[in-house]
Amino acid sequence: MPRNGAGTARTLTYLTLMAVAFFSALPLYYSVVVASRDNSALADVPPPLVPGGNLVANIGRVFDTVPFALALFNSVLVAGGIAISVMFFSTLAGFAFAKLRFRGSRILLVITVATMMVPTQLGIIPLYLLMVKLEWTGSMYALVVPALTNAFGVFFMTQYLSRALPTELLEAGRVDGCSTWGLVWHVVLPAARPAAAVLGMLTFMSAWNDYFWPLVVLTPENPTVQVALSTLAAGYVSDYALSLAGTALGTLPLVIVFALLGKQVIGGIMQGAVKG
Amino acid sequence: MATRAPDNVAAIPPAPPVRSSPGTNRRHLVHRLDVKGSPYAYVAPFFLLFCAFGLFPLAYTAWVSLHEWTLLSDVHTFVGLDNFRTLLADDYFWNATFNTVSIGVFSTAPQLLLAIWLAHLLNRPLKAQTIFRVTLLLPNVTSVVAVVVIFSQLFGRDYGLINWVLSWFGAGAVDWNAGTATSHAAISVMIMWRWTGYNTLIFLAAMQAVPRELYEAATIDGASGFTQLRKITVPMIRPTIVFVVITSTIGAMQILAEPLLFGTYSLTGGPDRQYQTLALFIYENFTKLDFGYASAVSWMMFVFIVIVAAINYLLTRRTRGSLT
Repeated sequence: MPRNGAGTARTLTYLTLMAVAFFSALPLYYSVVVASRDNSALADVPPPLVPGGNLVANIGRVFDTVPFALALFNSVLVAGGIAISVMFFSTLAGFAFAKLRFRGSRILLVITVATMMVPTQLGIIPLYLLMVKLEWTGSMYALVVPALTNAFGVFFMTQYLSRALPTELLEAGRVDGCSTWGLVWHVVLPAARPAAAVLGMLTFMSAWNDYFWPLVVLTPENPTVQVALSTLAAGYVSDYALSLAGTALGTLPLVIVFALLGKQVIGGIMQGAVKG
Repeated sequence: MATRAPDNVAAIPPAPPVRSSPGTNRRHLVHRLDVKGSPYAYVAPFFLLFCAFGLFPLAYTAWVSLHEWTLLSDVHTFVGLDNFRTLLADDYFWNATFNTVSIGVFSTAPQLLLAIWLAHLLNRPLKAQTIFRVTLLLPNVTSVVAVVVIFSQLFGRDYGLINWVLSWFGAGAVDWNAGTATSHAAISVMIMWRWTGYNTLIFLAAMQAVPRELYEAATIDGASGFTQLRKITVPMIRPTIVFVVITSTIGAMQILAEPLLFGTYSLTGGPDRQYQTLALFIYENFTKLDFGYASAVSWMMFVFIVIVAAINYLLTRRTRGSLT
């Protein structure tokens, strides 16, 4: 008798989750439909629901309208550079917080976590003035340097290393006469690799998707992907086929990588969340 | 050696101190310096960077807000609280405040309830767990620019998919962009779409740490799934709920890209400022190079955020037992 009730509940659970999955994927799917049509087809009633054959032509128009190749190059450079740097500095700091004893370590870790709640976006005007002083406006330095490390990464690696880095290994290294830096090089960095990879991926994604600060500090002539996309969307109000072709081009690589490595990324997000 | 397991390396006795020659003495000193100094060197980059590019600009905003300050002139006249006085009498400021609160509430409250419920559904042995989780997070991998471009098309008045579906039920073409309520609804949907899955996973992570025995005991006592959610899950994950509520609120207060791009790059948030948020209002004044005034708005917003976060903290911490 309870079997039956449980069976219905199970079915309902699956149906609900399937509906949610459907609505999560639908807008992305439909963006491909629009991106692969020409604009006149979009006025049809009922609207087109399957992709057409205009994707390549629309993508060609994207490259004609904005410097998209440059944007892709800039975005790969910026997001890649930030990801590598965040992985490195977060592993160092995570190691110190997780395994080294030093005065004030606990309070410094608490401060680190607390800074995640500080709305730094509100300081954007002085930050911009600072970039003007440094003559970094319009340059990728303005994006990369402030993002070289962050609180989430430090906290994330601290969590991981305090669990996954065997203290015995560090002791053995000390007995062999390793300096602290030697320990980092020979023991910590290899042990940190799995978590650092996840952190790198999360960092790459958020740097790739970052919009407001690049919009403020860059010019349309030397944009990142997101800035180029917003130029497309702003200039061609009704040209949905064009702006969605650009969107697909700037988004789908990331979505595909995520779909392939999603399990690890999700594991990373959930690990970072516990004790948040 | 194997029986000892000190929980950190600094506790390991340094190599036996042999104080015979100046050479070993110096090596000893270097070693002590390394052990004492390295930790600080390793955590320093984060703090230096945060101070330079996070904390300092935020604090300096307060200083700029007390000046008549534009990028065009090197002279920055000190005007005291004049910017704030102008601000409090500025209808556009209060309009933006209203819009921010409205969009914030409509996007955050349903989203978090939905996220808790979905996490509850996922927190049991299911087939295809990974697929569900990956699709849930897909929207969050999509950039905010892409989200708004896609949804602007879906919410289009004439050829949008959403109006087409609504027309089956006899609804006329809704001009989502034009009205206050409709534009807030459309923007809230975008935010919900992008963030619900992410928060679901955060809640799920917390739920998985709740001891199984509690649920087993409750099932034996005949408690339904919903009762278990209310009486066990929600109280057990309260710290996470407080955290998510606060971070979501802080995020919602700073919404900018959605209204900016939904209005196809309208700095005023629509012709009637019907969906201009505070962050967008700051950006509008920033592009006018009125840095002093924009800083005053930033600082007011900071105060709002602290107040709202504190209220949320007190509310969610006090709520006992259930959220529903």
